[in-house]
Amino acid sequence: MRRLLRTYAQFLRTGFASAVAYRAEFLIWMFSTNMPLVMLAIWAAAARSGPVAGYSQQGFAAYYLAALLVRLMTGAWVVWEMTMEIRQGTLALRLLRPVHPMLQWSADNLSAIPMRGIVALPVVGILLWVARAELAHDWFSWLLLCPALLGAWLLYFLVQAIIGTLGLRFESASSIFEAWLGFSNVLSGYLVPIDLFPRAVRELSLVLPFRFQLSYPVELMLGRWSRGEALSLLAAQWAYVAVFLVATRAVWRNGLRHYAAYGG
Amino acid sequence: MIEADRLRKWYRVHRRPPGLRAAIHSLFRRTYEDVKAVDDISFSIAAGERVGFLGPNGAGKTTTLKVLSGLLHPTEGRVSVAGFTPHQRERGFLQQITLVMGQKQQLLWDLPPSETFLLNRAIYDIPRKQYDATLAELTELLDLGPLLGKPTRQLSLGERMKCELAVALLHRPRVLFLDEPTIGLDVSMQATVRGFVRAYNERFGASVLLTSHYMEDVAALCPRVMVIDKGRMIYDGGLSELVRRVRPDKRVRLRLSRQVERRDLEQLGTVIEHLDAEATVQVSQEALQAAVARALSSLPLTDLTVEDPPLEEVMRDLFAQGRAA
Repeated sequence: MRRLLRTYAQFLRTGFASAVAYRAEFLIWMFSTNMPLVMLAIWAAAARSGPVAGYSQQGFAAYYLAALLVRLMTGAWVVWEMTMEIRQGTLALRLLRPVHPMLQWSADNLSAIPMRGIVALPVVGILLWVARAELAHDWFSWLLLCPALLGAWLLYFLVQAIIGTLGLRFESASSIFEAWLGFSNVLSGYLVPIDLFPRAVRELSLVLPFRFQLSYPVELMLGRWSRGEALSLLAAQWAYVAVFLVATRAVWRNGLRHYAAYGG
Repeated sequence: MIEADRLRKWYRVHRRPPGLRAAIHSLFRRTYEDVKAVDDISFSIAAGERVGFLGPNGAGKTTTLKVLSGLLHPTEGRVSVAGFTPHQRERGFLQQITLVMGQKQQLLWDLPPSETFLLNRAIYDIPRKQYDATLAELTELLDLGPLLGKPTRQLSLGERMKCELAVALLHRPRVLFLDEPTIGLDVSMQATVRGFVRAYNERFGASVLLTSHYMEDVAALCPRVMVIDKGRMIYDGGLSELVRRVRPDKRVRLRLSRQVERRDLEQLGTVIEHLDAEATVQVSQEALQAAVARALSSLPLTDLTVEDPPLEEVMRDLFAQGRAA
C-alpha cells in the first residue's frame, strides 16, 4: 500500500509538471468551458420579468456559476487519451508497466486541479459577490460538498474509463462517449436545472447517475436539500461510484483479452 | 528463460474491397477472416543468450514479441518467460522484462527524460541507491549527461533512442525484447546502441531477443538467429551455419593497382562488381583456394579479402527458397 501511495504521489507530481508544461493551452482549454455562462445569459433574460420555476435572475446566476465551478473542478478527459493511445499503439508501453494504467490516467486528470483552481477561484469570488444570498447557509451542506465533488469526478472519470476501454475491442469508442455526453449534458443539469424539467424527468433523474455528476453538488451549494436528503443522495452517488468501479474492472479485464495491440 | 511451445496467434480481420459500394455494403454485412500471424512456433532461449529474430514485414516477429511480453493472449500454445505466463501480467513478470519498440516511445514528450526516469523509479519501486547507481552507469555508457535536462521534444531521434533505452533498462530487467531499436538511426548511433545492448547483456546476464531489419545489428549482436516467415519458423540456429547453408559461396574482394580485363576476373568465378581498381568475385567453397592462388599470381593486387555474402542476400535467398518450397 505504501508503495502504491509513493507511486501515486509521483504520478501526481509528473502530471502537474505536464499540466504546467502545457500551461497556455491548458488555460485556453479551461476557458472553453463556458456553456454555463451562455445558459446563464439566456435564462437571466427569461427571468427578467419574474422567476421561472422558482429561479430568479439571481437564482440562475447562483446555479450556473456553481455549475461552472463543479465542471471546472471535476473535469476528466481520459476517454480521449485512451482512444488516442489505443489507435496509435502507445497503450502497449503503458501495459508493460507493473502499475494499472488507470492509476496513472486518474493521477494525470487529478493533478490538473491546481491549474483548474486558477480559473475556478475567480468564479468562486464572483459567486460569493453576485449570489451570496442564494447559497446554502447550513455548514453541513458545505461539509458534504467535498465528498460530493470527489464522487462527481469519480463518476465522470469512470464513465470515460469504461467507454474508453471499449476501444480495446472496437479500436475507438469516442462516438459512444459523445452519445453519453449528450444525455449527460441534459440530465446532469449542466444545460438546464433539473427543476425546470417535467415531473417525470425529474423523478427519473433521481435514479439515473447523471445528476450525481453535476446537479447534486450544485444543489448542495444552493442548500436545496435537508441534511437527511443530502446524506441519502451522497450514499446513492457513492453507490454509483462503486458500481462503476466494478464495471470498469470487468470491462478492462475483458478488453485486455481482446486487445490486438495494433501498430508497430 | 524464454519458452514457446506450439505458439499460435490468429487475428480476426475484417476484409472488404475498395470503393463506396463496398463501404456501404460493409455497414450491413461484414466479411471476416482469420489471419495466422504466428502459426505453431516453438523455441527456447537460455538466460544470457542473445538471439536475432528475423523475417520479412508481416512475418509475425512483432506479434511474437507482444505475446512474449504479455500484451497479447496466445490463441493456442504455451509461453513462459522467467517462469511466468506473460499474459497474466503479474507484477513479478513485468518487473523482469522490458520491450523497446523503435517506433514507440515511453518518454514524456514535453518533459525532460529525467522526469520519466523518476516516474519509472516510482513505478518499478527501485530503491534510491540502486536507482542512483544504475542511472550513473547508464549515463556513462550512453553519454546521457547533457540530455537529461532537455525537454524530450527537443532531442534528436538518436538522443531520444538513447534515453528510451536507458529508461527501459532502469529497473534492470533480465529479459530484453528489442523491436527495431536502431530504426532511423545513423550508422554511428546504431553502433552505439549495439555496443550498449551487448554491454548490458554481459554485465547483467540478461537474455536478449532482437528484431531488426538492419543485418549489421544481428551480425554484431546475435550468435543465434530464428527466422520466421508467414508465421512459421523456417530456421533456428547459428548465424554462421545459416549463411553456410543458404549461401555457401564466398566473396573474394580484390583491390587492384591498375584496371584489369573482365575476362581475367571471370577466370576466378562469377564477377559481382568490376570497378577501376576494385572488383568482387563470387567463388564456391571448393574452388576458393585455387581462385585465391590464381588471383595472387596473376592480378596486380594491393589487397585481397574473403568474406561471407551480405546477410541481406542470405535472408532474401532463404525467404525465396521457403516460398518456392
